[in-house]
Amino acid sequence: MLYFSKLRIFSILIITLFFSGFTFLNFFDFDNNFFKKKINLGLDLQGGSYLLLQIDNNPVVTKNLQSKAIDFKNYFNKKKIKLKNIVVENQIIKFSVNNSNLDDVKKILDDDESEINPYFNQYKSHQYDFTVNNDIFLLKLSKHGLVLLKNSSLDQAIEIVRRRVDEIGTNEPNILKRGNDRILVELPGLDDPGRIKSLLGKTANLTFQFVTNDDEKTFGIEKLPLEEDDQELIVSKRIILSGENLVDAQPRMDTQSNQTVVTFNLDRLGAKKFAKATTSNVGKRLAIVLDGKIISAPRIQDSIIGGSGQITGNFTFQSATDLALLLRSGSLPAPLNILEERTVGPDLGQDSIDAGILSLIVGFTIVVLFMFIKYKFFGLIANITLIVNLFIIIGILTLFEATLTLPGIAGLILTVGMAVDANVLIFERIKEETKNEKNSIIAFDNGYTKSRTTILDSNITTLIAAIILFFLGSGPVKGFSVTLGVGILTTLFTVYFIARLFTAFYVIRNKDKESLI
Amino acid sequence: MKNIEFNKFYKIFNIISLGLIILSIFLLFLKGLNYGVDFKGGTLIEIRTDVNKADISNIRKIFSQMNLGDLKVKQFGEKNDFIVKFEKRNLNDPNFINDIKSNFEKSFTGNFDFRRVENVGPKVSQELLKAGVIAILLSLTAMLIYIWIRFEWQFSIGAILALFHDVLITLGIFSLFSLEINLSIVAAVLTIVGYSMNDTVVIYDRVRENLKKSDLKIFDITNISINETLSRTIITSATTLLALFSIFFLGGAILKGFSLAMILGVIFGTYSSIYIANPVLIYFKVNQKTVLKDKID
Repeated sequence: MLYFSKLRIFSILIITLFFSGFTFLNFFDFDNNFFKKKINLGLDLQGGSYLLLQIDNNPVVTKNLQSKAIDFKNYFNKKKIKLKNIVVENQIIKFSVNNSNLDDVKKILDDDESEINPYFNQYKSHQYDFTVNNDIFLLKLSKHGLVLLKNSSLDQAIEIVRRRVDEIGTNEPNILKRGNDRILVELPGLDDPGRIKSLLGKTANLTFQFVTNDDEKTFGIEKLPLEEDDQELIVSKRIILSGENLVDAQPRMDTQSNQTVVTFNLDRLGAKKFAKATTSNVGKRLAIVLDGKIISAPRIQDSIIGGSGQITGNFTFQSATDLALLLRSGSLPAPLNILEERTVGPDLGQDSIDAGILSLIVGFTIVVLFMFIKYKFFGLIANITLIVNLFIIIGILTLFEATLTLPGIAGLILTVGMAVDANVLIFERIKEETKNEKNSIIAFDNGYTKSRTTILDSNITTLIAAIILFFLGSGPVKGFSVTLGVGILTTLFTVYFIARLFTAFYVIRNKDKESLI
Repeated sequence: MKNIEFNKFYKIFNIISLGLIILSIFLLFLKGLNYGVDFKGGTLIEIRTDVNKADISNIRKIFSQMNLGDLKVKQFGEKNDFIVKFEKRNLNDPNFINDIKSNFEKSFTGNFDFRRVENVGPKVSQELLKAGVIAILLSLTAMLIYIWIRFEWQFSIGAILALFHDVLITLGIFSLFSLEINLSIVAAVLTIVGYSMNDTVVIYDRVRENLKKSDLKIFDITNISINETLSRTIITSATTLLALFSIFFLGGAILKGFSLAMILGVIFGTYSSIYIANPVLIYFKVNQKTVLKDKID
């Protein structure tokens, strides 16, 4: 165990220099992509906001079923089958057919080649499951149909969330998928998440609908509340224009009325629709509806054919800016609920860094002194090992651009305390061996060999705990498991290669002296 | 070589440990744990103020007027730092925190800095608690299996009993003093599990080695093994504790609970390796035959 070939010494040197070298990247700024790596500071250290959002998918499912119900009706109409009493309730499509058509409908819904109820070969499932009760069909989304729908609504939502966050312009936001209906948003440096929460909390579904008094036969009517007070207006359900047709929206000061307004531009299709609707309805009131509330309902003075217009309302400049931002970024497929929010102010983050570093330095110094007093020269070897160990850990964290959190710093300090364990086990074993073995080289060799399984066993158990924590822990705790786990691996390397190398040099040189340790 | 007769007292210490475990279980069932917002849900606000008049009772008064449900106010670290925890969590109301803040500034003139806000909904807090419990149980199982593979089943049971002992008593102390259980405490408990196992394995390795080369009874073998590894046990516990005390005293208020749990864990972990893990081998009457079929050297 004490023999090192030249090649081996060289490899140890290279590996050590390679990994510990990365530590220094944290202190310099390089342009090169590879060399500008740095340890990321967690939100608890640099300050910022963490939001966990969940999509409320119920409206998405209902909307899907409603449009599917119409598709079903049209599809079977073409096949000369009439679906009767078709309704969507409790996320189930319900309809009945004449007895003569019963088997045909079943066959179509069950067909693997079905156009109207697609079959997913990879999941062995149709998009919709159905049951038949006498002549009544009940259809609902199958498990996989639901998963596909949720995934696509999550993808859409993430895109919209990203656009809204980018519009605000916080530095390096982190937006990630979590499961099949959650979105994680990390906003470094943001200490008041109020505005972003209000922006993400709005679906921003914009529609233009006519205010009506009489019952419009084809589309029906609905009562909607006004944004500014509790009054309600009756509007037609027919949607003249929706937010999808918007290409731009900006807050403006209207010089005539001296009010803040939001101006918008429409795409070609939208402009055409808007021109047609306004031309034939001069004098009527047009309600501008956002998420089920009427912002305002101005009277149409003249036809609007230019493809642009403005929304008036009781805006402050801030609220007009926010509305314009929401309209530009598009509407969410479904409302988002905030499940968890954590915000750390920048000064608390700095305090945590300071306290963490102070306790690292103090803890480190005490352990180093302790080891030196206890083992003298071999304590020195253990201490050098410990320092190299710290550099390699930080180097590896830098290389992988890992996130350092406050518990992560605690993990580093703990590693300092526990890293000496392997060296202590070896030194104590050598002490025992020297009692029976006069030849120092053999005694040292035996000490290393006999303590090896113990050291492996004891470190593997701690590694198991770190790995489990990594997969099940969240946020700061994950950071702890990373430093603890990396620390164990680097400890084994430094003890078995670096400390042993130093020990070997010393022992071989002083093999004739008595009581080396 | 110094030879301390540790095993002379193992029965007394086993009774004491058993008493402590029963006491801890009682505490856990009757008094329960003081879960933080991570696991209970709710809102936590860390406040720093330059208003000298602000104290716990003043702050409590202002918060209690706001109908926020179950409310807790305490000093946190520095004199002018406070932690306020309450049940209500209007996660979807973007102005919730700012309203509280302005309410506050109406009552006092001066600066109130909300340094940290944590707002956890009921769904997430339940999930976090579940994940925490699963993590601890999973790591105990993983250790059990690892020791089973590396040693014999008697050793495996001894090591696991020692782990349960350390975790239960640490949680019992947290319950007794109503110390807060949050995510970082789960991390601490898992590290305790790793550390205690580490300590037990070192002695067990020596027990196995000694069993193979001597024909003494397990009672004497464990005693010799404890003595042979004693200086390592003391030095490693000492350096680990020194590092932990440094976090406890200097690492800031956020790491206090975490480092305290670890300190308790290291102390009980060291003790349990000697007085739980080894006596189990004596109870099971482990002998030379038990380890001879063991192929791993």
